[in-house]
Amino acid sequence: MTSSANELPNAAVESMGSATPGSRASAPVDLSNGYLRNYFLDQAYDEMFDSGGNVRSHYRLLLDTFSSVPEEELARRKHSADISFRTQGITFTVYGNQEGTERIFPYDMLPRIITGAEWDRIERGLIQRITALNLFLGDVYNDGKILRDGFVPREIVYSCPHFRREMRGLQVPRNVYIAVTGTDLLRLNDGNFVVLEDNLRVPSGVSYMLTSRRVMKRAFPQTFRSYGVRPIEHYPQVLLSALRSLAPEGRPEPTIVLLTPGVYNSAYFEHTYLARQMGIELVEGRDLVIHDNIVYMRTTAGLKRVDVIYRRVDDDFIDPLAFRGDSILGVAGLFNAYRAGNVTLANAFGTGLADDKALYAYVPAIIRYYLKEDPILPNVETFLMTDPTQRQHAFANLQNLVVKAVGESGGYGMLIGPHSTKEQQAEFRARIEANPRNYIAQPTLNFSRSPCLMGDGNEPSIEPRHVDLRPYILYGDKVTVVPGGLTRVALRKGSLVVNSSQGGGSKDTWVLHA
Amino acid sequence: MLSRVADSLYWMSRYLERAEHTVRMLEVNFSMTLDPSSTSEEGRWKRVLAALGNPEGLEWTGDFYALAHALAFERDSRASITGCIAAARENARQVREEITSDQWQQLNRMYHRVTDEVPQKGDRLDEFPAATLNELHLFQGATDTSMSHGEGWHFIQIGRAIERATAIATLIGVFEWDASESISEGAGSQQFLEWIGLLRCCTAFESYCNLYTADLTQPQILQFLLLNKEFPHSVRYSIDQLRWALMALQEGSGRLVAEELSRVAGRLQASLNFCEISEVMAQGVRPYVHNISQQCRHIHSLIYRDYIHYKVHVALSQ
Repeated sequence: MTSSANELPNAAVESMGSATPGSRASAPVDLSNGYLRNYFLDQAYDEMFDSGGNVRSHYRLLLDTFSSVPEEELARRKHSADISFRTQGITFTVYGNQEGTERIFPYDMLPRIITGAEWDRIERGLIQRITALNLFLGDVYNDGKILRDGFVPREIVYSCPHFRREMRGLQVPRNVYIAVTGTDLLRLNDGNFVVLEDNLRVPSGVSYMLTSRRVMKRAFPQTFRSYGVRPIEHYPQVLLSALRSLAPEGRPEPTIVLLTPGVYNSAYFEHTYLARQMGIELVEGRDLVIHDNIVYMRTTAGLKRVDVIYRRVDDDFIDPLAFRGDSILGVAGLFNAYRAGNVTLANAFGTGLADDKALYAYVPAIIRYYLKEDPILPNVETFLMTDPTQRQHAFANLQNLVVKAVGESGGYGMLIGPHSTKEQQAEFRARIEANPRNYIAQPTLNFSRSPCLMGDGNEPSIEPRHVDLRPYILYGDKVTVVPGGLTRVALRKGSLVVNSSQGGGSKDTWVLHA
Repeated sequence: MLSRVADSLYWMSRYLERAEHTVRMLEVNFSMTLDPSSTSEEGRWKRVLAALGNPEGLEWTGDFYALAHALAFERDSRASITGCIAAARENARQVREEITSDQWQQLNRMYHRVTDEVPQKGDRLDEFPAATLNELHLFQGATDTSMSHGEGWHFIQIGRAIERATAIATLIGVFEWDASESISEGAGSQQFLEWIGLLRCCTAFESYCNLYTADLTQPQILQFLLLNKEFPHSVRYSIDQLRWALMALQEGSGRLVAEELSRVAGRLQASLNFCEISEVMAQGVRPYVHNISQQCRHIHSLIYRDYIHYKVHVALSQ
């Protein structure tokens, strides 16, 4: 297993020549030597190799470039990228530990590449999905036509803990409920992308997308340039103009702020980053006061009226008078100001209804109902535990299924069948029986793997790891998907869990023009 | 600027100034304890504690190594050097996006250096003060060169000026002043060393000598520490800085609410600008410096009333 730069096979060195994407007649690549010595292929979709072991044309240049970089140089670039992350303080907090431990976000040097054609389909699919989900929220919180017509059962909606009765009959600006979405996609064995879940409440991670790109550009400038990658750097501007377009009527020069729970939140770095990039004030609950249903922030020059709040605080904590009374993160009276139409919250209250994991099973029906179109991006097959037949099926096949609590995110509260013990399965069975509405089951998905640079500077090798994709969708006066997203990697070999709290990392995502 | 941000910057700055003052007090008195002296160990360290405002949790127990160690490393005390630096960093962390990366990295580096490894009692007291002073200076440099000299910077200046003026005034107040008494430098007079010590605690000895030569007299020392207009650790200089920063602040925020604040600060500045040292000595140094400390406290509370904790209905009615 030892290999150094000197031992790189000559063939590999020669082949780096002047490759451009797609210029080479493909032949199965020899995986036994060099950086690829630990690479393996099986039935899972590999982002870099096709089923015959040939390099996909859009990965050819990347593979050649990396193969031609000597080990020491690769280690040096990796090291300088690490330093760059550390000095910028790009960290996240792991909960469950005492005090919350700050960690550097693990980061992989090999970008994930998506072709223009693949992306165009993803983009159309996401726009379709978000448009439909937004219409669904507007409908459920007003007329409830879809419930009346029986396309979504009422009990699923009314039993959802994120359904907010307080939102009934409220007109939100431009009828936009979900200004910011991060939708998690997986690529299955057949190469098609499916939607795993929609994050419609306070999705995070976009700062990693933006900072990864900056680091990658610095580490591999020439490769980046010759690929023709679609830019993502305008994300903060698009977000800002989306927020501005959602300002209450009669406020032509709206004051926009980002509301953070504070320094101890896991995504605090992201909050400071986005506030700085957009040039808006980063506020905490204690900075805001409400008077006569108008929101103000306390500044040294007096009270300043606030028109739009990009809030990164959950519904439950945002107003101790309207929701959880023990919250110290929120602002007393904010919900009333919101109902009075004096301030816009992005996202709106109660959007969590539409990313409930049980309601998820109905999203294809929702798309057909409102848009009269077939879904472009399919769902993952989902068994509802409230349905006796589906529940029995799930109980008989727990060892092959993934069970998820509908209200949890971040990889917490899950049972992964194939990796679980009999005791864990029994425990989940009991939990499901006690509260069937709280769980769903899905088949264990064999989703795609992407090449990653493994080895801590010592004996680096390129190995495949499972990845997902979280693009970000912004909804203001129109729906925009910034071309790219956060590719999360399950860095442990064989692992299917990509969450940063559970040993996942990220890598840059290159969406090509062509 | 958000009031909360101004509050954090102000206290970050005060804590760092307090750390710097405590470093000098520790360094000077630690080395003076090693010399034979007319002042007893107990008298000296009790005076140090009094000059630091008799902070809670720090007491003279008869062991000056223990006290020096606590002054340097007692993390839980807001009067120790380490405690002050930790408090400053905590404030900076809350406004991470308002200060520059240069400032943050320097403060972070300093924090990790003083908290990473707490030595045994008595150890590292020789190099700790000098190294910490150096780090504090680096932070000041980063602040002055990398941060915009706008509102946030003014709050930093205000915090430092109030803290420094109060600290120097309190330190002056713990000494016995008598204009008729001369300071003899004879070998028998260890009192001479005490006055040098006072000047060194204010980093003033060299500057004093430049102005007055090494001829030490009580009126000149008092004049220098209290009323010198060019020396950055004199009370007058600090108050001049404070007043200047307050005016810049008022101009920037475009509000006229701080009327009382400008009056009080202006009066204090005028009293220091037009004061005779002989009068101060005749009327008593202690009441004079005590009054300065009180004025500073008053200014602090007016700043908070007008800029930070103002009442909502008051702000709305303007």
